[in-house]
Amino acid sequence: MKLKSLTFGAVVSVTALLAAGQADARDRIQIVGSSTVFPYTQAVAEEFANNTGQAAPVVESTGTGGGMKIFCSGIGERTADITGASRAMKVSEWQLCNDNGVTDITEVLIGYDGLSIAVSRNGTALDLTKEQIYLALATEVPVNGELAPNPNRTWSDVDPSLPDMAIQVFGPPPTSGTRDAFVELAMREGCKDNAFFEALKVSMEKKEFKAYVKEHCSRMRQDGPFIEAGENDNLIVQRLDADPEAYGIFGYSFLFENSDRLQPVTVAGVAPGMDTIGDGSYTISRPLFFYIKNAHRGVIPGLEEFVEEYISETAMGPEGYLSERGLVVLPDDQREEVQNAAAGSSAMTRYTN
Amino acid sequence: MAAKRHSRRRHARERYLRIVGLSAVAAALGMLGLLVVSLTFLGHSAFVQTMVDVPINLSEELIDRGEPAKGNYRKIVTEGFLNLLPEIQARGERREAGKILSPGARWIIKAAVVANPNLIGTTHTFTLPLADPFDQLHKGVIPRDVPQDQRRVSDNQIAWFDHIAASGRISSPFNWGLFFNADSRFPELAGLAGAIAGSFYALLVCFVISFPVGIAAAVYLEEFAPRSRWTDLIEVNINNLAAVPSVVFGLLGLALLLNFLGMPRSAPLVGGITLALMTLPTIIITTRASLTAVPPSIREAAYGIGASRHQVVLHHVLPLALPGILTGAIIGLARALGETAPLLLIGMNAFITSASGGITDPATALPTQIFIWADSPERGFLARTSAAILVLLGFLVTMNGLAVYLRRRFEWQW
Repeated sequence: MKLKSLTFGAVVSVTALLAAGQADARDRIQIVGSSTVFPYTQAVAEEFANNTGQAAPVVESTGTGGGMKIFCSGIGERTADITGASRAMKVSEWQLCNDNGVTDITEVLIGYDGLSIAVSRNGTALDLTKEQIYLALATEVPVNGELAPNPNRTWSDVDPSLPDMAIQVFGPPPTSGTRDAFVELAMREGCKDNAFFEALKVSMEKKEFKAYVKEHCSRMRQDGPFIEAGENDNLIVQRLDADPEAYGIFGYSFLFENSDRLQPVTVAGVAPGMDTIGDGSYTISRPLFFYIKNAHRGVIPGLEEFVEEYISETAMGPEGYLSERGLVVLPDDQREEVQNAAAGSSAMTRYTN
Repeated sequence: MAAKRHSRRRHARERYLRIVGLSAVAAALGMLGLLVVSLTFLGHSAFVQTMVDVPINLSEELIDRGEPAKGNYRKIVTEGFLNLLPEIQARGERREAGKILSPGARWIIKAAVVANPNLIGTTHTFTLPLADPFDQLHKGVIPRDVPQDQRRVSDNQIAWFDHIAASGRISSPFNWGLFFNADSRFPELAGLAGAIAGSFYALLVCFVISFPVGIAAAVYLEEFAPRSRWTDLIEVNINNLAAVPSVVFGLLGLALLLNFLGMPRSAPLVGGITLALMTLPTIIITTRASLTAVPPSIREAAYGIGASRHQVVLHHVLPLALPGILTGAIIGLARALGETAPLLLIGMNAFITSASGGITDPATALPTQIFIWADSPERGFLARTSAAILVLLGFLVTMNGLAVYLRRRFEWQW
């Protein structure tokens, strides 16, 4: 009977599935976190799996905040072992971790990542100051001594020395870590260089001024010249390629990979590059971290070796494979410190002292 | 006279309707054609891979016969490759030239030696992939005629590459790796094996859950349930469920399966259950339609010879409705195969360099693999993304074709 054999087949396959579902303890390392750290963790995971022959780690790009949530959800083989972050762990996240019993965490600074503004090779290379970036892209800017909706439509409105060309900048959406970093490093800093805010700084208390800057300098304009382009940086690259008047904001590694099609906008005369980001002369750059759950070390097979691979000189050293992917490596002394701390599972002290 | 005019007008209207219908079909086909042509245009180059033949000396000094996995393969590969360019001596230049070969070449050789330790002590010619920038150079994606600082490959590297190419060692065979390799961060090594396995296991789970449950629910609703306000309510709900956006099922999977039941993240098991929730309404609706399509005369004849209700359904109605049910199930599964949003939420978009070994082993799926590749900065992934979409489309066409075939082959004509 056709139907009977069908039912029988279904029963057999359900049983087989359930039997296969009785998985033993996890043998793959689980990593979540920032999409900026993702390519570096990817590289380490591949080297680790191919060199040691152990099970390939599972590396998931969840964004820094999302990664922290998963990482801090508890201890045990169902939770992630490592999370990547394109900024330091926040106090609130540290609290969350502690509340869920994740108290022994090692923080590892991997290196730096530059944020670049770029334009097609056929477009006009600009040299901008952070103040000009702020004036071109913020929702509110000072006009005649008070804050008003941004009236600048062309670059020459921002500064007469710049070309008379409509402002058109593609950038990441608010959910992205790249956006957070850009606002913090370019927009707010640009604000502080503006005469209007400098005058306020004198009259205000330090804390009050900081809050004021945070409130008034963090919003990107919504009236057209700044265009949110989604999380996919490749799409921004394609847009820039097609439109030489458009500028784009993304991580340095995308500029590095597409150097045949794109040229950088220099910031205060400095172009982004390995050297300029590393020595701090290119100032729109941010630190990248990963966090290890020490309670899982020695329990999850391979975790110890994975961390060793990550902090090894072949990975994060000056000639290492992470620098080939666009990571700006740490200076020698700082790197050694980080390597010792990670190897010795030193607990992070950011919020304990 | 008036009748003639009237008839002419009616003919004109019919022609008009035909033209409108035909142009609608043409527009739909045109869009589909545009999609396929643009994908083929972008993705065709990923179906071949630029390779180079390199004689590699697997000397016993560098590989221990007892432990072939521990050899210094980086050195073995670099030396073998640089032997093709004997004029290069300076250290910096050797490093630069070494970048022409894929960094993953050492793992290919290691795997070959571990599989066949008899190779140790011999010189064997391997066909190895070139690094992505040179693959792109060979395919003409990276232009040669622009200044050196505007491309990823230097003038020196191009000269060396041309030197090797002149000796006839460069070839462009079909890229089997696209189907048989797992994911990699190097485009030249990355393949869909992990994603295909993940999609297979997820669909298996989805089928095993949604097919029996869907049929049982439909049979009960159609054949046994009394018509009442309750069954009407259930029916409305099932129809609504079929229209719920898939991301909602993903959130349900995240909250219920991962957070509450503690199932493993990124596992095809979880993906399959989530997809099953999504496919279930489709299967129930198509099964009910197929059951209704079985003519009442069959039921009446069966009752007439004394069959019980259960015998009527199981022996007569259900077997006759099966082709329709299968068609519906396959179309439902095809939809589940292309579904991305729920899988992203339960973590099936991870980077894993080995294929999944079972339903609880973490994996990606085809659509999420496309998502990951589309987001990668390396140029080679641009073509691979389109190629992966073509592969996914291939699977969809096959499944839908199978559905059409089953309908044609087994359908009863009443």
